[in-house]
Amino acid sequence: MSTLPDFTHWACPLPLRDYPNVVIGHGGGGKLGAELVEHLFVPAFRNDALENLGDSSVIEFARGASRLALSTDSFVVRPLFFPGGSIGELAVNGTVNDLAMSGAKPLYLTAGFIIEEGLPMQQLGEIVNRMAEAARQAGVLIVTGDTKVVDKGHGDGVFINTAGIGIVPDGIRIGPQFAQAGDAVILSGTIGDHGMAVMSVREGLAFDSLIQSDCAALNNLVEAMLAVDPSAIHVLRDPTRGGLASSLNEIAVRSQVGIDIDERALPVMPDVQSACELLGMDPIYVANEGKLVAFVAKDSAEAVLAAMRAHPLGQQAAIIGKVTHQHAGMLVARTAIGGSRVIPMQLGEQLPRIC
Amino acid sequence: MKYLNEFRDGEIAQRMAGEIRQLTTRPWAIMEVCGGQTHSIIRNGIDQLLPPEIELIHGPGCPVCVTPLELIDKALAIAALPDVIFCSFGDMLRVPGSEKDLFRIKSEGGDVRVVYSPLDSVNIARENPNRRVVFFGIGFETTAPANAMAVKWAHAQGLENFSMLVSHVLVPPAIKAIMESPGNRVQAFLAAGHVCSVMGLWQYPPLAERYRTPIVATGFEPLDVLEGIRRTVRQLEAGEAFVENAYARAVTFEGNKPAQAMLAEVFETCDRVWRGIGVIPQSGWRLSAKYRNYDAEYCFDVSGIQTTESPLCMSGAVLQGRIKPHQCPAFDKQCTPRNPLGATMVSSEGACAAYYNYGRFANVENPGVAT
Repeated sequence: MSTLPDFTHWACPLPLRDYPNVVIGHGGGGKLGAELVEHLFVPAFRNDALENLGDSSVIEFARGASRLALSTDSFVVRPLFFPGGSIGELAVNGTVNDLAMSGAKPLYLTAGFIIEEGLPMQQLGEIVNRMAEAARQAGVLIVTGDTKVVDKGHGDGVFINTAGIGIVPDGIRIGPQFAQAGDAVILSGTIGDHGMAVMSVREGLAFDSLIQSDCAALNNLVEAMLAVDPSAIHVLRDPTRGGLASSLNEIAVRSQVGIDIDERALPVMPDVQSACELLGMDPIYVANEGKLVAFVAKDSAEAVLAAMRAHPLGQQAAIIGKVTHQHAGMLVARTAIGGSRVIPMQLGEQLPRIC
Repeated sequence: MKYLNEFRDGEIAQRMAGEIRQLTTRPWAIMEVCGGQTHSIIRNGIDQLLPPEIELIHGPGCPVCVTPLELIDKALAIAALPDVIFCSFGDMLRVPGSEKDLFRIKSEGGDVRVVYSPLDSVNIARENPNRRVVFFGIGFETTAPANAMAVKWAHAQGLENFSMLVSHVLVPPAIKAIMESPGNRVQAFLAAGHVCSVMGLWQYPPLAERYRTPIVATGFEPLDVLEGIRRTVRQLEAGEAFVENAYARAVTFEGNKPAQAMLAEVFETCDRVWRGIGVIPQSGWRLSAKYRNYDAEYCFDVSGIQTTESPLCMSGAVLQGRIKPHQCPAFDKQCTPRNPLGATMVSSEGACAAYYNYGRFANVENPGVAT
């Protein structure tokens, strides 16, 4: 089933309907901009902190919230809508996930829009509604925002920046530098879904497929994992750009440990594998937007794995490898036929091979 | 996945490797011609399953690696022109020219696009009648039919804004050049399976006979490569030298006849410079007289380009199997995948890049780990 946008029932509230496309004036700080905020952003993101419409949102934290996590991320994706998601869900889930990967409970987001003149108002509306829905699902509030409009030709439709704040509960110490020899490496599900879903509809490369982006907020899954034993989880990472290979390489370097994985244990959907074979790509380098990799103390690995599998976003979770004293800073894979290979950090973008 | 996972079975691979070990009584040097095979060998760790007597020499069959510097400089000059849309396979973008690469041209404002099929570039030409669209047509016989089809298709549509920068290279003349080069150590060849699926095997018996060398058409999956090696070793041990087909699900003796007919119409043979090796007579294809108007070298005035190859780079010796990548003095010093001096350090099929990644590991552990 396609989840590409269906605008047939979308109604843009008056008076925005007067302009079918975004014009420069929508970013000008005048009446048009105010209408955009009043009729689009506020109704979609509605919450008390946002609605005072001040220059900043003032929020109160619960007593005992001694450690805050902060994160920011900017989102540029072409096309804006792809099977399984859009830039809207990405912008919310991406920052929520970055916060969750430090063990934080994400609470508040900001949203900054840089819109290219001419973006159909319908599309902006759809993106904003999807952001609102993603925020609801993740249990976070979008409490402040900003809009700028740039001349046509100076942006790819819309760029979105989100920043987020979360609270790190006591007793949690998670970071890419904390992997220890003996840790089990657990992956929450299939790899490569998001990257290949976007690739399948990208101009010039489009191919027929049913691959859907895995875009999802992972904070709830992380909560379920932490409930098992907060001190057992040493590293959490969501392998987005650069894929699993880049995340694991970063962790190997930051923690100065070696990581051994078994290629046969990596869950890859058949469609994703086929598309990767076709394009000469390796799913281990392809982006994910709803997966995490966890480094867990050996004795708690099975219990954490069971908790992950009991969660809708971790049903296909698997132990894919372990941390070793050997080859510090390096990721080494056992291949399907029993050989081994170094999986290096990627230099830039993955280049499709010629043959 | 159908037709792939069957050829990646670990247990069968171990069994085949065992058979190869049993067959082998003395050292043999076997060249896998194709970069796709080099990639598969390194990616799957196939070399680690083989007995130490078997040495795999990585051949010059990575089209990215052997595309001559002069042509890359021409590509860069054309791609930098304001009215040009320059289309290329992805892995050509990072290949160093004398001063820049295509990524650099793109960052400086050149319209450089990655396509998966040359036919896509014909579509781009049709959709952009006011721009000149150039496709970088490189590769062995494998990619040639699609490139020929693109030219014919552009011709059929009367597109005058499409052209191709052609640097096709051919396998049989390369085998000949390797066998006749002084200091050659290659004793047998794994022929490139997909080249053979287009061209068939009929070009190879004279070579096997003349140089007393086994030539075994070989595929790309781990079990395909192991089967090619097994048959090659069996011939070598028996003192035989003939053409064998270890990739029967894709290769026939005749090959793809309609494709061969089209290639004969669109291309003509020419001498070709192979980067790092030099001129190999009659080893390339260029567009035939009938299609000269689609030849980018003819359409654009890019003559008189002065090329400068890094004096440190020994990729030629690597491509001919005379040295291993790590024996080059610049290896992992001045030359790394981040700052490649030669093309063999660029492509994932390139021998130097493959050694760079594996070598880092081998230095930490002991060589031959995980066998």
